[in-house]
Amino acid sequence: MAESTSTQAANPPVAGTAAPVLPSVRKVRRNDTLRRLAKNELAVAGGIILALVMLAAIFAPYLSPEDPLEMNPTLLLQPPSAAYLLGTDEFGRDILSRVIWGARISLYVGAISVTIAVLVGVTLGLIAGYFGGLIDDLIARVLDVVFAFPTILLALGIVGMLGPSLTNTMIAIGIVYTPVYARLARATTLAVKERDFVDAAIVCGANSFRIILRHILPNVAAPLIIQTSLSLSLAILAEASLSFLGLGTQPPDPSWGTMVNTGQRLIELSPWPVVFPGLAIVLAVLAFNLIGDGLRDALDPRMRS
Amino acid sequence: MTRYLIRRAILVVPVLFGVSVAVFLMLRLIPGDVVDVILGTEGSASPERMAQLRAMFGLDRPFHEQYLSWIGGLLTGDLGKSIRTSRPILPDILTRLPVTLQLTAMAMGLSLCFALPLGVLSAVRRHTRSDLWIRVLGLIGLSIPNFWLATMMILAASTYARGILPTSGFTPMSQDVLGNVRSLLLPSIALAVANMAILMRMTRSSMLEVLRQEYVTTARSKGLVERAVVYRHALRNALIPVATIAGVQIGYLLGGAIIVEQIFALPGVGTLILNGIMQRDYPVVQAGVLFVSACFVMVNLAVDVLYAYLDPRIHYG
Repeated sequence: MAESTSTQAANPPVAGTAAPVLPSVRKVRRNDTLRRLAKNELAVAGGIILALVMLAAIFAPYLSPEDPLEMNPTLLLQPPSAAYLLGTDEFGRDILSRVIWGARISLYVGAISVTIAVLVGVTLGLIAGYFGGLIDDLIARVLDVVFAFPTILLALGIVGMLGPSLTNTMIAIGIVYTPVYARLARATTLAVKERDFVDAAIVCGANSFRIILRHILPNVAAPLIIQTSLSLSLAILAEASLSFLGLGTQPPDPSWGTMVNTGQRLIELSPWPVVFPGLAIVLAVLAFNLIGDGLRDALDPRMRS
Repeated sequence: MTRYLIRRAILVVPVLFGVSVAVFLMLRLIPGDVVDVILGTEGSASPERMAQLRAMFGLDRPFHEQYLSWIGGLLTGDLGKSIRTSRPILPDILTRLPVTLQLTAMAMGLSLCFALPLGVLSAVRRHTRSDLWIRVLGLIGLSIPNFWLATMMILAASTYARGILPTSGFTPMSQDVLGNVRSLLLPSIALAVANMAILMRMTRSSMLEVLRQEYVTTARSKGLVERAVVYRHALRNALIPVATIAGVQIGYLLGGAIIVEQIFALPGVGTLILNGIMQRDYPVVQAGVLFVSACFVMVNLAVDVLYAYLDPRIHYG
């Protein structure tokens, strides 16, 4: 799935075509974007699903009917019932509670790893695009190499070497998605830095740091927001995949991927420990994809008629 | 044309070099070093034994020397030996690579078979109910993790369709061609779905773009039937960006193949890498990652070359 973003990044909607961002213009534009987003039924559906997943993550201790780690040897592999809405797993743990707590891990890993990718990637991209020359070449070559690896393979390699753990998973996913942001930021910077308001800022004596931060970064924002929504969906999938392989979140912590992994060994006895965490992954990822699509339609100037 | 091809091929060299350095550096990520890991599983170790092993792996030599001897071995076809089995790694990879490549190729073939017609349909009937359904299905396809889909397919095949399709193991093509395809059918579907969704979305947006072009209006105004306009004039041009994405997606499929192979117990490079990770057999992991990535780089080169043939607008200056 990973490469899907790089394809979108290869063709970034250039938000730099907009005027230099004045506060009032910014506000008007934001309202405009929100209105367009609200009219998009699919994006609204995504927003609702995401809100539910986030509520589950935030209020997990209050929402989950049971302790997600508490084992009950008398109730192993129960099918869904009134007492256990989604059934129990091979240790008699309540699947519903584990799925609710799993939302916390998924969103947490997604948020941290995408933050790593955004911070490192955007910084590199801004520097490469603004200064150009040797720095640009150097950064581009390094990114080419990272891009030359299939993403999940690179993440696997990094986690395999660092050792399986939640922290290493976040580092690996962060590294893997860094180049997408760097390319996106670089492409937009190149387009924006030729514009008159940047020249004006230079004439006014602003230093490079200020120009990048105040004048270029705001114009990189739109494509970055779209990309971030899509990256979050990919990061959640990546965490689930690594955990499924036993390399991400470690048991007994309730990660959706880990739950599918342990459940599949006994799937012929009871499919529920596999079915529900999997559906949770699909819903969470779908939410970000729906929102990402909606954002692209709302923010991409080429889609406006 | 030849000059373009040569230039494009030369560009691959620094990337491959970078990939080899990155894979080499991966080994340095291990907390401690390889020797600690091996001896850690063997129990107590004398300092002499540790020094002896470090010398065996060349860890006592300077960094660049280690890299040069490693890459030297690579270029002469020596990928080193497995820490666990002491067997040379290259023959293992070469017998497993065809399985991974066949799985990837079948998944790509399946994806294209469905993605192109659905994408065209969706674009031609944009903003209708069928377009909406195709788009929603595409988004769902994009959101299903391949490992879960694979697991659910195994469950379905073993409960409702027992014996119709094998859910684990691999039949070599030399043994039984039909059995070979059957043994890879479920794995390739599990691998293909997300890719199918991506290619379909790309086909749709590319078609929409092309259908707006003036030459399409021209084709319509000279009285061509809509069918000819869509397939002869529009689709051909719309396929060019789709081909690029398909090339990039091969990397995704190669990566996904690692996971899917594991679930269906297929003897590909993926299971080799994963077992290597589980057993902390670092040279095997290194070699596997390097090989799959090199395949990806070469496939992208091939796509670029193909692209140059397909698109008459590209100049081979």
